[in-house]
Parts: sequence; C-alpha cells; structure tokens
Amino acid sequence: MFSRDKWNEIIESLSSNWFRTILTAFGVFWGIFILVILLAAGKGLENGVKQGFGGMATNSMFMWAQTPSKPYKGLPKGRRYNFKIDDVTAIKDNVRGLKFVSPRNQLGGFGGSNNVIRGLKSGAFNVYGDYPEIIQQQPMDITSGRFLNYNDIDDKRKVAIIGEAVKTTMYDSGEEVLGTYLKINGVNFQVIGTYKKKGNGGGNAEEAQKEIYVPFTAFSQAFNQGDLVGWMAITADSQHSITALKSDVFDVIKKRHNIHPEDTRAIGNFDLFQEFNKINGLFIALKGIAYFVGILILLSGVIGISNIMLIVVKERTNEIGVRRALGATPWSIRGQILLEAIFLTLISGMTGIIAATGVLAIVNSFLDKSNASEMMFINPSVDLGVVIIALIILIISGLLAGFIPAQNAIKIKPVDALRTE
Amino acid sequence: MIEIKDLHKSYQTGATSLHVLKGINFNVKEGELVSIMGSSGSGKSTLLNILGMLDEADAGSYTLDNVPIKNLNEKIAAQYRNKFLGFIFQSFNLIGYKSALDNVGMPLYYQGMKRKERVERSMAYLEKVGLADWASHLPNELSGGQKQRVAIARALASDPKVLLADEPTGALDTKTSYEVMDLIQGINDEGKTILVVTHEEDIAHMTKRIVNLKDGVIIDDSFVNQVRAKANV
Repeated sequence: MFSRDKWNEIIESLSSNWFRTILTAFGVFWGIFILVILLAAGKGLENGVKQGFGGMATNSMFMWAQTPSKPYKGLPKGRRYNFKIDDVTAIKDNVRGLKFVSPRNQLGGFGGSNNVIRGLKSGAFNVYGDYPEIIQQQPMDITSGRFLNYNDIDDKRKVAIIGEAVKTTMYDSGEEVLGTYLKINGVNFQVIGTYKKKGNGGGNAEEAQKEIYVPFTAFSQAFNQGDLVGWMAITADSQHSITALKSDVFDVIKKRHNIHPEDTRAIGNFDLFQEFNKINGLFIALKGIAYFVGILILLSGVIGISNIMLIVVKERTNEIGVRRALGATPWSIRGQILLEAIFLTLISGMTGIIAATGVLAIVNSFLDKSNASEMMFINPSVDLGVVIIALIILIISGLLAGFIPAQNAIKIKPVDALRTE
Repeated sequence: MIEIKDLHKSYQTGATSLHVLKGINFNVKEGELVSIMGSSGSGKSTLLNILGMLDEADAGSYTLDNVPIKNLNEKIAAQYRNKFLGFIFQSFNLIGYKSALDNVGMPLYYQGMKRKERVERSMAYLEKVGLADWASHLPNELSGGQKQRVAIARALASDPKVLLADEPTGALDTKTSYEVMDLIQGINDEGKTILVVTHEEDIAHMTKRIVNLKDGVIIDDSFVNQVRAKANV
C-alpha cells in the first residue's frame, strides 16, 4: 500500500499545480496552528496561575477555632474555646487518609508592632511555631543552613529559620547570619537557616519572605502558649480529597470540645483543594474553548481540501477513465484520492504544528528574559499528548476530506470519462 | 477469440430510448486484424466499449478467450481489462504528468509488478515502437504520431489477448496515420488479435477484414486484401 510508486503518484499529482496545493494546504496549516497556539496559551495561563500556589500542597485545608453558635451540653453559645495539642493526635488517630496534621501558632502579623530585635536593629515579622512537616505543605527553598527537625521539637530548642526579607532588614549585607541570635519578644533564638518562598504568592509576595519559623514546642514554652494551638494545616494523602475528609475532622474536634454536632460556625476553615478545583475547572473550560475554536477553524481548512479534491477529481476525469481502462480497480482509485487528501492534510498539519512550536519557542525565550515571577503567563507549551491528538484529528479529517471526492471518482464510468475530450 | 451473440444495447436519453445495437452477431479468431466501419451513430464505438468491458450490453452474450463476460463487478472487470485487453484511443489519453516510460508501465503497475521489472518491460516495448530515446519525455514534448506509438506500447505492455483501437489515426495526418498503421500491421503479423474502429476507407483496407455497421446492425462482413501501409508511407 505504501510502495514507492504510490508515493510518486501522490507527489506527482500534488506537484502538478503547486500554487493551488499550497493555498489549499494553508487552510489546514492555519487551523492546526491556531489550535496549538490556543492550547499552549491556555497552558501558559494555567502555569502562571498555578505557580501562584508556589507548589503548595493543594489537597490541604486550614482550620481554626471560632465561637460556637449553638448551646450544647449546658455550655452557652458565643463562648471561646481553643484547639489543644491533644486534638492533633486525636485527629491523626481517628481520621484515615490524612497525610499531615500540623498545629501552628503565630506571633505578630500584618501591621504588627516591632517584635524582633537584634542589636540596634528591629523589625515587625510574623513568627510561627511549627512542626517540620510544614515545609512539605507550604514549600520554601532553604537558601542556607537547615529547616526544623524533630530534635528541635523534642528538645524545645530555641532556634529560628528566617526569611530573605528578615535577613535584609536585620543584617548588614555580607554579614554572617547562621549562628547569630535574634531577640523575639524578649527571648533569644539562634538562627539556623534562611529560606526563600516559592511562587509569586499574589498579594502576599513580600509578606511571605518576612517570616520566622521556630519549633512549635519552643514557641509554646517561650511565649506562654501552654498546650494551645492557633490553627492547623491539614493535608490529605493522594487517595483522598481533603474536602471529603473535612467533616470527619470537624466531628473529632466537635466531640472533644463539646460543640453541638450541627454547629457549622464553631470551626472556621479554608479549603485550598476546593479553591484549586475551581481554578482547575476554569482551565478545563478554557481548554474546551481552545479545542472548539481550533477544530472549527481546522474544519474550514478540511472543507477547503475536500473542495479542491473534488475539483481535482473533476479535472482528472479523463485520467481516471484511462487508468480504469488500463486495469485500475475502484479501490486503487479511491485509495489514491484518499491518500492524496490525507497526505496533504498531514503535511500541512505537521507544518502547522512545527510553526506553532517555533512561535512558542520564541515567545518562551522572551518570557524567560523578562522576570517570569511577575507574570501571570509562564511557559506556554503543548505536551506530546496534544500533538498526538492533533495528528489523529488530522488523519481523520484527511479521510473525511478525501471521502466524498473519492466516491465521486469511482462513480465516473470509464466510458464516460474517456468520452470527455 | 471473441464471440458475440445477439448483442443489444440502448441508451436512455430523457424520455426517449435510443436503440444503438440491435442484435450483433460476430466472431473474431485469434490473429485477425478486423476493422469496424460505419458512419457516426452506427454504434461502432458502443460496440467497442462493450468489447472493452467499459460498458455492458443489455442483452446477448460475449465470450472473450472462452471466458464469458457477464455481470462483472468493477474489480473483476478491471482485472479482465488489464489481463485481456489493450486500448488505443483517438486522443491518445496519455497521462500528462508522466514520462513516456511511466505511461507505458501503467498497466504493469496495476498488475502489481515491481518497479525494476516494470521499467525493463516498458523500455522493451518503447524500443519496439522506436521511441526508446524518448523514454523520459513527457507526452506534450512528443508529436502526435509519437504519442500514439507510446499509447500502442502501453496497450501492448500487459501482453493482452486483444488490442482495441478506437479511431487510432483519427487525430493524425495521413503520413503519420500510415506509420501508425504500419506499426499495427507489424504487431498483427506477430499474431496479436486487433480490432480497429475507423471511418476511413484507406485505413480499413489496411486490415484483413472489414465489418460494416449501420444503424446498429452489421450490414456487411467481408475479408479484404490487406494493403500494406509501408507501401504508402
């Protein structure tokens, strides 16, 4: 079927009218070009927005204590309660499918007064009491030294990991940071590492670099928190979604703190997974639109090819008649027309894919030069799967484009074909 | 070689039906060179088309080399045409974008012959018609006589049982016509059965037998003394 002769035939008949062949091919070229560019643009936007999450474990939620809105077991509504450190172990024991349950405490915050002093310098920073797992839930790059570990937790070591912005505020440039001491709310902590947060963090980009991490246990002791837990960051494993496990976690807390089972206001939460899914849905819709528009444009190109093939068949009526008189079977004629259509579609389509990839490469090199973290648009690209899908679409559309002309070609009776002069 | 019994054919043109062949009976033995004559509308081309399996008769029987030609589907008809018949047309019908050599090779291509063998065979036939030097030329670089000779080489390429020529000299001047007829006579001398449709008396007399058609019936079928074309060139 794919002998050299067959290819020669195809090349010969396509090259017999170069200008027309190229104009026809342009329709499909343009269709697939637009399809790939649209898909890549969607991907670029998606990459840009998702980078804003900074590689955060998206299957996570944050949970904090609010005031119960219903009286229960003799306790009034509107009272105050706090999460306790025992709640963490209770949640871990009672809810299956959770990966990390990290209790957290915080000092300072937006617009807080100066709480950190070093020599003559002072600054206002967010100070977090944390467990080592937090780095897997809110990833950061450790730029020097190390992050917290369980020895720090167990020994309640007064050590701190500071952000890049803390470093520039509290130290002169070139000054050695590791091993020095910072006085946080009057208590000295030794700096053992520095970090830089990933992602553009949206409005928090600057704030995110102005944080200080200390061991949870040391925090509790140094700042008189006892067994209180400010809030928790909870991540589910890959087999479960945190949205599904959320109510189980709440039930554990409600039981332990005598909260009415139907009280929905007692526990505040932010479900990152749900938010992430909303954005994901947006991008799926965007991809759908890209396919829709791209395929419609491609379709007009395919119709162009079909149209031209009809004319080609008409023009070659006599030739087809001769071929049949010489012993060409209907299938060999049909195959010839179909192959020509597929070949034309594939070649122009592949040129379109290559051209689109070229344009993307140029766009990417410009994006790389500019400060990518400021952009909502990163690395627009298409993966191999998309290219394969595009090729399959091309082959199918080539078949469709050739089908009607091929049927026309074999409908011509050899005797009629030879009569046309 | 060819046996035709009571062949009928009519064409439907709008409401009226045109009865073109009204019972043709006619046999051709192996090695004959027959011309079919008749004015236009006498049905000679229709007869040739039926003989060439390009068209089907309404009634009657047609046997070619002891094979009944009846109710053929397109695929088998194509194979029979390829195996049994060689066509020579008035307007040559060479494929414009193919070289002379490739044109001659077409029937062999449809037989599924390998390229190398095909080129060898085609070259041999081109040599036979005296156009070996023109093998790589496109048809529009050849003269009318040369084109027809390429077409004859093409008709011979698959070594068919019968050659069917539809006005082979219709588009040629007298001198070239005689050259072509000389070639056809030469091929017939080698034993090939050939049918020529023509309306020119001189061409008809270069065959060995003239069948005269008028209004869809054979009015005369007689053997003649063959005039050698060579003498007239």
